[in-house]
Amino acid sequence: MKLIEVTNRDNGPASNATKIKVRGLNLYYGVFQALRDINLDIIEKSITAIIGPSGCGKSSFLRVFNRMNDLIPSAKTEGMIELDGESIYARGCDVVELRKRVGMVFQKPNPFPMSVFDNVAFGPRRHGNHNKSELEEIVERSLIRAALWDETKDKLHQSALSLSGGQQQRLCIARVLAVQPEVILMDEPCSALDPIATMKIEDLMRNLAQEYTIVIVTHNMQQAARVSDRTAFFFMSEDRAGILVEEGPTTEIFTNPKDKRTEDYVTGRFG
Amino acid sequence: MPRISPKTSERLAKILLWGAGFLTVLILAAIVIYVLVNGVSEINWEFLTTPPIGGLSGEGGISTIIVTTVYLILITIFILTPVGIGAAIYLSEYAQDNILTNFIRYAVETLAGVPSIIYGLFGYALFVSALYLGHSLIAGALTLVCLLLPTMIRTTEEALRAVPQEYREASLALGATRWQTIWHVALPAALPGIATAIILSTGRVIEETACLYVTLGGSAAMPRSILSGGRTLALHVYYLAMDTMAFDKAMATAAVLIIIIVIINLFTNWLSQRFRSAYTAMEEGRP
Repeated sequence: MKLIEVTNRDNGPASNATKIKVRGLNLYYGVFQALRDINLDIIEKSITAIIGPSGCGKSSFLRVFNRMNDLIPSAKTEGMIELDGESIYARGCDVVELRKRVGMVFQKPNPFPMSVFDNVAFGPRRHGNHNKSELEEIVERSLIRAALWDETKDKLHQSALSLSGGQQQRLCIARVLAVQPEVILMDEPCSALDPIATMKIEDLMRNLAQEYTIVIVTHNMQQAARVSDRTAFFFMSEDRAGILVEEGPTTEIFTNPKDKRTEDYVTGRFG
Repeated sequence: MPRISPKTSERLAKILLWGAGFLTVLILAAIVIYVLVNGVSEINWEFLTTPPIGGLSGEGGISTIIVTTVYLILITIFILTPVGIGAAIYLSEYAQDNILTNFIRYAVETLAGVPSIIYGLFGYALFVSALYLGHSLIAGALTLVCLLLPTMIRTTEEALRAVPQEYREASLALGATRWQTIWHVALPAALPGIATAIILSTGRVIEETACLYVTLGGSAAMPRSILSGGRTLALHVYYLAMDTMAFDKAMATAAVLIIIIVIINLFTNWLSQRFRSAYTAMEEGRP
């Protein structure tokens, strides 16, 4: 039995504080239950990878944290989800404020059909910042942080659609950083990219994990093993509802899984 | 029945289809050439800049007619655009699919197929009589708004639906509100499609006669306010041809009308081509 090699990191998560706490989460789309009784702690300033076979509710789970499931009229969420101890599904919770704190990077790079500059400045502008010099500073800082500044500093006012796929995805990350979130959700961010662009994004993620709490959904187990501090393995129960099988430090999940299903999955016996 | 070989049927189909296409072009060309040949010789600077004498004489130019047409276009588009875009935004961005929105869509589809003279009668009853607007630019424009609203809503809704959902998700995920997402992301991306809808509506204002005949009146005088009546180019052609002996002037006016319509159609084609290329660039992620 050959297990995937896991990157050893001496300086793992900076702290062990819980950023997001999930207890008894059930998610329904109409009568179909997509997630059942999920309990999970997301550790601050670390990368949590969510792995599992297709259709086990990984992306749906990710979209619980910034309430993107709200866009689907039939979606219904039950249970307790706390960000820094405050319930994000409470009646008075402001979804716009929540999404400023919890940013999201999507599977397919989706820059707006605008200039590079306008893409990064989009969030700050919508939140009321129209000061030109401040915006210039934010755009530069965000692009530097997303490791894209050197490639784009001479074409800030060209269309974002003229960038390569990998550059577009880093632009989307810069666009999220410009809003100064605390948590970044990534929904298979490299699935549309080539290996070199993927490597750049992974390096960037490790770098960002020093400041941000990152949750990444990935189909690629090598990627989970390479970048994440902790891994959560999702699976489908008999009625196709997604369940959390086990969660723990990435090293343990990949080298010493407790559950037979996890072992079968990480050794590539299915999925 | 004798069997036809595949080769012969292929050739036969080609000839018949080619014939159908050729016939279409021939009809169009015949109309345009007939009107232009008979009309263009009458068109000169004086014809365009002097008012018609009016009455049964048919003499004079078409200056007041052009001005009335322009006014009517401006007033109609000014009312039509916000209402049409607003309804389209509601249908595509806010409304969920339910009985009410399905009913609205059904109403929109049906209204688009109602003959324009019916709108004219309705406009006459409501705007001209009940609201005491008389035969006037505003009564004509409001009637045209009713007539054009269904197409405007449908075209705009289609343009909005063509905007990739990923853009809206990206915007909302950045903490933009729903309205900010519509205003800053969806509408700009749909703008070429919306512009096409507006230009096509302009074309319809220029072409329409039946519903204006009963709401705009037929005054050949220069309109002084939105409560003045008037004649558009198309109406003028009708009056000249039916009430006067000035068939040459009718042809000249028709020629002006056709030239304007050809220009509008060329412009619309150019816009929708731009729209298509901009959209495919978005899809492929390349300019």
